[in-house]
Amino acid sequence: MAKISIHEWFSKRKKEKESDYKIERLDVPGNLWVKCYKCNAAIFSKDLKENYKICPKCGYHFKLSAKERIEMTLDENSFKEFDQYIRSKDFLDFTDSKPYAKRLTEAIAKSGLNDAVITGEGTIEKMPVKMGIMDFSFMGGSMGSVVGEKITRMIEHAVESKQPVIIFSTSGGARMQEGIMSLMQMAKTSEALGRLRLNGIPYISIITDPTTGGTSASYAMLGDINIAEPGALICFAGPRVIEQTIRQKLPPGFQRSEYLKDHGMVDIVCSRNELKATLVKLLKFFSN
Amino acid sequence: MTQKEEQKTKNLFNFEKPLMELYKKIEELRKVSESSQMDLSEEIKMLEKRIETLRRDIFSKISIMQVVQVARHISRPTTLDYIGLICSDFVELHGDRNFGDDKAMVGGIAQFEGRSVVVVGQQKGKSTKENIERNFGMAHPEGYRKALRLMRIAERFNKPIISFIDTPGAYPGIGAEERGQAEAVAKNLREMANLTVPFISIITGEGGSGGALGIGMGNKVLMLEYSIYSVISPEGCASILFRDSSRAQQAAEAMKISAKDLLALGVIDEIIKEPVGGAHNDPEKAANFIKHAIIKNLDGLLKLSPRELIADRYNKYRKMGIFAEVAELADAHDSKS
Repeated sequence: MAKISIHEWFSKRKKEKESDYKIERLDVPGNLWVKCYKCNAAIFSKDLKENYKICPKCGYHFKLSAKERIEMTLDENSFKEFDQYIRSKDFLDFTDSKPYAKRLTEAIAKSGLNDAVITGEGTIEKMPVKMGIMDFSFMGGSMGSVVGEKITRMIEHAVESKQPVIIFSTSGGARMQEGIMSLMQMAKTSEALGRLRLNGIPYISIITDPTTGGTSASYAMLGDINIAEPGALICFAGPRVIEQTIRQKLPPGFQRSEYLKDHGMVDIVCSRNELKATLVKLLKFFSN
Repeated sequence: MTQKEEQKTKNLFNFEKPLMELYKKIEELRKVSESSQMDLSEEIKMLEKRIETLRRDIFSKISIMQVVQVARHISRPTTLDYIGLICSDFVELHGDRNFGDDKAMVGGIAQFEGRSVVVVGQQKGKSTKENIERNFGMAHPEGYRKALRLMRIAERFNKPIISFIDTPGAYPGIGAEERGQAEAVAKNLREMANLTVPFISIITGEGGSGGALGIGMGNKVLMLEYSIYSVISPEGCASILFRDSSRAQQAAEAMKISAKDLLALGVIDEIIKEPVGGAHNDPEKAANFIKHAIIKNLDGLLKLSPRELIADRYNKYRKMGIFAEVAELADAHDSKS
């Protein structure tokens, strides 16, 4: 083997590190090893999957797709999807660096989803629930007309059938490409939850990393029970906006799940491997 | 210059510069008429008329970023100004009964056209000092909770609610996050939906995102002609999506934030006209326009029962959203399965 200088050795090592990171970010199936974002530990892919995509070394919760969440939460084959065929429309002819219409087409192709939420019904240990599961991979889980409409329809189904609602949130906030209409989804989804509440039907909100802006300021924070996944960023205004506004460094752990629990905003910080068991207890409480 | 005129030239926008010359001429004529005892009042009147025509002309071609300037003008009448001008017997009520009293959000009880009402709204200042005290109209969670507390008083004693919206947004700060800004806004949305009394919201200046909506779920939403209402500020949108905050004009146009655009989208119910040159040029007149708009809209709402009011509000926001139900996709899927 040809000898290399120390400098070259370091730069080669750096390159390898970078490529590792890229592979992990892309999460290409078939990769045997992934690296933890938080502790850098190399994890055997299969182990990670079996461990609910929680890093076995440091407990970091990797992001999950809506489909993975359905698999982890609901009884096998119990899920029935609602309103699968609603799609977003570029009704403002909105163009930033690219037209919104093009962004949508790309997001649909890339994520395999029609928008940033899947809604439907299923059972957890045979207890029926109506459910909404957001997916961050579709335009950062942003809430536009489709997300608002699907969530609202799902809640209205729950009002009719008198079944509990569970929503998994993950979202960068309102979808700016839909202008004011994205803001109005906050009103629409919240009033549906108001109706659910008047009908005495429980709502469990599960807040995952990250949940910010218009989504946290509407249905994500409105659960009868709010559950947060460990370490999730949960906020109204993002840390960067706050730093720019107040020109101060933010305290450690600020706006993370544990911090929100300490400040009384969430009931439980629940690790993903204990989530289903927790949900079962809660649903039992409400139904018994 | 008379004090009033001095105030007027001080309030001129840069896009109103052509008016400056005319104001100067009026001033000169006044001086001449004073020193020479010539009567130039006819000439002054003519110039004043020209100012009005020119101003009308300028405002008929106003761009959206110019509207943003008018909406944010430091002399634009505030919530307390309007309450003072259209209501009597106002008693301001303070505090959220939990944490404190937020000066960026004001509210209380008052008489409006012989009827008891509850009024709430964000309060901006008219000077830097006042603005610091009022936190530039950006409320903390306790502000939203105070507003909800007052709305509940209205509900308990069966009085209509009028909310005045004028805020850059809910405040983004450490305390605001710790005390649950997101929860405070979200809870207001849910609770406003179920209010059993008539509720009118008026956007009088800046309708800044969730912070505006947080007191803005009226049965009727009215909007002053030169106000804006948007999911994010034009500057914020430009810096996030266009990666360049100087492209605010483009972002403002793209997001459709003017009263006219929002009426077309069905997000607001009515545009309230403003005096020529904007509300700050004639607050009394602006307040009068607002008063008449409230009377008209309140009349209809007072005929509804509590149940009908909730249904009316539910249906209003239920309809918001534009999307496509992709029937072809569904068909293709069905034929496959």
